Amino acid sequence: MSRPSITTDNLGKHYHLGILQQKSLRFGTGFTFRETLSKTFNSGLRLLRGGKLAADHRDSSFWALRNASFEVQRGEVVGLIGRNGAGKSTLLKILSRIVEPTEGIARLHGRVASLLEVGTGFHPELTGRENIYLNGAILGMRKAEIDRKFDEIVAFSEVERFLDTPVKRYSSGMYVRLAFAVAAHLEPEILIIDEVLAVGDHAFQKKCLGKIQDVASSDGRTVLFVSHNMGALAQLCQRGVLLEQGRVTTVGPVRDVIQSYLRSSLDHNTARARFSADPTKPAQFNSAEILHDDGGLASDFSCDETVTIRLCYEVRKPVAETFLTFYLQNLEGTRVLFSDIRDTDPSASERLSVGLHTFEIKVPPRLLASTTYLLTVGSASKYSGVLDHEHNCCEFTLRDLSTQDQSRPGVLGIRLPWEHKLVRAKALLDA
Amino acid sequence: MIQTEDSRVTTSHSSLLPPVSEPSMSSHGDPATSFEIVIRPRSGWLSIDWKELLDSRELLWFLIWRDISARYKQTILGGSWAVIQPLMMMIIFTLIFSRVADFPSQGFPYPVFVFAGLIPWTLFSQGFAQAALSLVSQQQLLTKVYFPRIFVPTAAAAVFVIDLIVSLGIYAVILMFYRVVPSWTVVFVPLLVALTFIATLSVGLTLSALTVFYRDFRHVIPFLSQILLYLTFVIYPGSMIRQPLYRWILSLNPMFGIVMAFRSAILGLDWDFPCLAISTAAALAFFLFGVFYFRRTERLFADFA
Repeated sequence: MSRPSITTDNLGKHYHLGILQQKSLRFGTGFTFRETLSKTFNSGLRLLRGGKLAADHRDSSFWALRNASFEVQRGEVVGLIGRNGAGKSTLLKILSRIVEPTEGIARLHGRVASLLEVGTGFHPELTGRENIYLNGAILGMRKAEIDRKFDEIVAFSEVERFLDTPVKRYSSGMYVRLAFAVAAHLEPEILIIDEVLAVGDHAFQKKCLGKIQDVASSDGRTVLFVSHNMGALAQLCQRGVLLEQGRVTTVGPVRDVIQSYLRSSLDHNTARARFSADPTKPAQFNSAEILHDDGGLASDFSCDETVTIRLCYEVRKPVAETFLTFYLQNLEGTRVLFSDIRDTDPSASERLSVGLHTFEIKVPPRLLASTTYLLTVGSASKYSGVLDHEHNCCEFTLRDLSTQDQSRPGVLGIRLPWEHKLVRAKALLDA
Repeated sequence: MIQTEDSRVTTSHSSLLPPVSEPSMSSHGDPATSFEIVIRPRSGWLSIDWKELLDSRELLWFLIWRDISARYKQTILGGSWAVIQPLMMMIIFTLIFSRVADFPSQGFPYPVFVFAGLIPWTLFSQGFAQAALSLVSQQQLLTKVYFPRIFVPTAAAAVFVIDLIVSLGIYAVILMFYRVVPSWTVVFVPLLVALTFIATLSVGLTLSALTVFYRDFRHVIPFLSQILLYLTFVIYPGSMIRQPLYRWILSLNPMFGIVMAFRSAILGLDWDFPCLAISTAAALAFFLFGVFYFRRTERLFADFA
């Protein structure tokens, strides 16, 4: 019976709101200097008079993490899942010893290496070669270790030709590849990774996932992994931990936790989502709706019916080269259908003038498998990047009414004809 | 060391607060899992984790090397910037204080006199200023990765030790120009340099921690530097103060005694041992305070950076 790699018991992290924003004098306790002075004076007086010391006042307090208790066994790969602001980064920072918990205790058995950001400590004036040493040292490797692995790191990063150029000249892709290459060759017993795979192109992400998988499976290293990419989580992790508003709500097999997460990220009225107006955005989605043939809202469909998606898009200032997209995701996190307005209308952007626009997209019947889908919509400009993005805003379910079988595998529901020809009228080998 | 406030530590010790978040060997178990890190809330004064510092000492060299390399790559003048500042100060001070105001210089040509004091002074003033700013200018190091934070201001100040060595070379040229032979006591210069570095860190560490919490402390730096320049008697000899008592009070500024000792060591002037002793004690005291204050507040850096 070996000890678990990571044990957390009632971990909590608490911040005083408002005080962090002030740039006034404040002491490490979170009070202003004046308050600290008066507090000390008052407690002194109270002590003399024999009263109790004043209790901590926490009116404007915020618990980023509370009562977090879980265990990770040696060699497990655990995925940490949750919405933005759920406390995942806080938990990772506590386990990486970057911030201190307000309460609770965590025990880590083994050397820890954390990858919370790629390229930490990279200096733009130094060359790639020099930054490998610098970054490696910052992450905790010894010089001898870096020497030994230098060639592997360079090979993984694929920037061999540019090794002696300052990294400020690198493209963002090269930068990320080099940074990850160094981190990927760390050999700690416990590896903590935070959403760093969101950068880089598809090939690179695949490579990184493969490397993480190698690291996890060899030598029984423990990995704690945070990502929004449900596919990556399902592929790499055995167990998952779900964080909601700073609390650990579910711990279990990763698929169950992913489903829990996807279900919880929806509002009640799932066929229609309204988005609050944000005047700082030049353009945004007002609402997204799932409609039935007859024009009414619906969230349950037969797989022989057309599903209409209606999007209301408000343009306050026209943005050049805008395009709109949406995708449908099933409960395993697979993006089943991705659609871009330019697929059938390459000059769509030109018609996005100031005002309110609606778009209707009809998903043909018998295309998708009968299961539940989540809709994500987004708009972006070729030049300025993402304009608006609403993740998992609507949900609808397709059902096969004839078979009532929701368990048929496959992502598509298309019915294909099987062409049949009888080639020979008797069997070759008689019984 | 001293346990002042202890509301949340789960185990209580009457004398020493055990260094938590430090690897502690467990009794049994295979080698891979015998290394345990315990993370829990801490408060009060913390001891120094020597084992951790020793284990990560390579990182300190890397950080120093990084700052030096980066400096060389950025400018055409490169490393010569290191010596231009004391040289320029020497020229200006010579013109104004010697030619115009005719300050005494203890029997030596004024440039020889003033440069001897400028060598440790430059390390001190540049060192503590860069150390004080080092934490706030490298926020991602504080918020994204863990390593002993004390290396950051230390590396920032240590870069100027290299500059000092270069200035010593320039000084040798100046001595040759004025045909001044250094005294045998010049062998004590390395000791004095070490002492200067301790004094630099004493101010640098405290200010760097304070600057993380109170950003306005960065404005204290030029102000402090100016005041200390005059209080350290770089420009004029300490012997101008006749009463020993006033000299001893001035020695509470560690650089006062150190700069005087520097001049005595190189030029063979009389040593003022009481002043040097007081300055050394002050330097060590401020240094110890700086280190422990840094340790005490270190755990909050990531929250405020």
